[in-house]
Amino acid sequence: MIEIRFHGRGGQGTVVASKILADAISKEGNYVQAYPEFGVERRGAPVFAFIRIDNKPIYDKSRIYNPDHVIVVDPTLIEAIDITEGLKEGGHIIVNSEKKPEELKFPKKFKVATINATEIAVKHKLGTLAAPIVNTAIVGAVVKILKLAKIESVLEAVQEGVPVKPKDNAAAAKEAYEKS
Amino acid sequence: MKKVIMGNHALSYGAMLGRAQVISAYPITPQTQVVELLSEMCADKTLDAKFIKVESEHSAMAACLGASLAGARTFTATSSQGLTLMHELLHWASGGRLPVVMGNINRAMAPGWSIWSDQNDSLSQRDTGWIQFYCCSNQEVLDTVIQAFKVSEKLLIPSMVVLDAFSLSHTYEVVDVPEQEKVDAYLPPFKPQIKITPDEPHAFGGLTSPEHYFELRYKLQKDMEKAPALIEETGKEYEKMFGRYLGLVDEYCCDDADIILITSGTVGSTARVAAEELRQEGIRAGNLRIKAFRPFPFETVRNIVKGAEKIAVVDRNISYGHHGMFYEEVKSALYGHNDSLPVFGFIAGLGGRDITPSTFKEITNYALKKKKPEEEIIWIGVKR
Repeated sequence: MIEIRFHGRGGQGTVVASKILADAISKEGNYVQAYPEFGVERRGAPVFAFIRIDNKPIYDKSRIYNPDHVIVVDPTLIEAIDITEGLKEGGHIIVNSEKKPEELKFPKKFKVATINATEIAVKHKLGTLAAPIVNTAIVGAVVKILKLAKIESVLEAVQEGVPVKPKDNAAAAKEAYEKS
Repeated sequence: MKKVIMGNHALSYGAMLGRAQVISAYPITPQTQVVELLSEMCADKTLDAKFIKVESEHSAMAACLGASLAGARTFTATSSQGLTLMHELLHWASGGRLPVVMGNINRAMAPGWSIWSDQNDSLSQRDTGWIQFYCCSNQEVLDTVIQAFKVSEKLLIPSMVVLDAFSLSHTYEVVDVPEQEKVDAYLPPFKPQIKITPDEPHAFGGLTSPEHYFELRYKLQKDMEKAPALIEETGKEYEKMFGRYLGLVDEYCCDDADIILITSGTVGSTARVAAEELRQEGIRAGNLRIKAFRPFPFETVRNIVKGAEKIAVVDRNISYGHHGMFYEEVKSALYGHNDSLPVFGFIAGLGGRDITPSTFKEITNYALKKKKPEEEIIWIGVKR
């Protein structure tokens, strides 16, 4: 079983990112369980989303406290909260950032990767310049780095599940996949 | 077709595939998404149903009662305060023998205001004469709505399909959405013997003197007593057609278990994980998840726990001044049949506090250490 935690801010599409990832994984016959933080969301406030992935039915309905990997949709959260809380040793931290992984100065026990999802989202005109929607680009990078699904499954999930600009979103996911 | 859907939408798909004809609801978090999707389905004709907006949950149930009396298959959904506002009309539904099917998302009762899960909203409706199913996965939610229409319409008793807030309502899981034709073959249209239409006028719910009232209630109970066998029968039929059995309970490794956890809802799903892990540690644990709370499967429970040395009932609810409500039922099932079996009553997770596999290990270790329960209620995870 793989457990992943997403960190974002309300309004960035973090929960949708976990849903698209769940869709893509399920297309390949695996089991998934994705859920948002149990609570109320506020625009701009830190939000979480979680996903469990397994090749057999998932019975555990409790929350995820010790994720295998962490995805950071909004890099400003690194200063604001402890995004490594409970993260297992050797786990990946995938950050939406223009920086190089080593510049982020996380402890050596974690594997750090970065993807400039904001740049990709802006390029494909997703959201606005001030508030680009980066979730599809993030998912493209995540499936490649963590080897969770084929890009074709992601593209299919994006086309089916994203109500706005499905083609541009798919292109963003593909570009992030190729750059990761 | 396999789809990744949230529990709220599993209810919507169940109502759609069950071909509900009238849906009436008042939005309350988190069920809003249930009727949001249903209203879209009604608007784009995916579902040929009348969607009635109302001004309160009380009216939502009233609209369902009227539609059901006119012979329509009716569905609604609610949660916590909304369900309790309906309370009066829940009696009308069962007393009037109207087979309404309702989804309820278990949410703790205010105050303090809560949007998190516990079972006090639905369990405090236990004496209203409704069948109650507690589900543990989105698949089970969808399947159970379809089965509930069948059971309810056969017995003319309404059904409540219950799921936990957040851990099912907002959780996405892979769900096999059955084909409409197959569901149609399983669930024939609702054809009540008596219905009220302009051409067939009848009176409903009139003054009932002591000469008749008693018998109406006797008949309601007698029909409720037929529900366990009917749930098993329709659950097996469902398995034949769709590959998934829908029974009164779901047991995991109870045959040779020394200690059996008795659970419900998603808590009963996590308990299965704990039982599996406990077995790897050499403790013979089992999990008996109770799905039908009303009618309570007394005989089934008695048979399954026969060989156990200890029972630990885990309640995410409380009857104040009394115990956890599943604990009460289990003790009542065993009384006079298996009086020497120690039954421990635990209360955990009120207001959405998490219940994890470790919670069950703590519970199991407690019960294994004691010869018999020393406290009426054993509180787990409470800060004091």
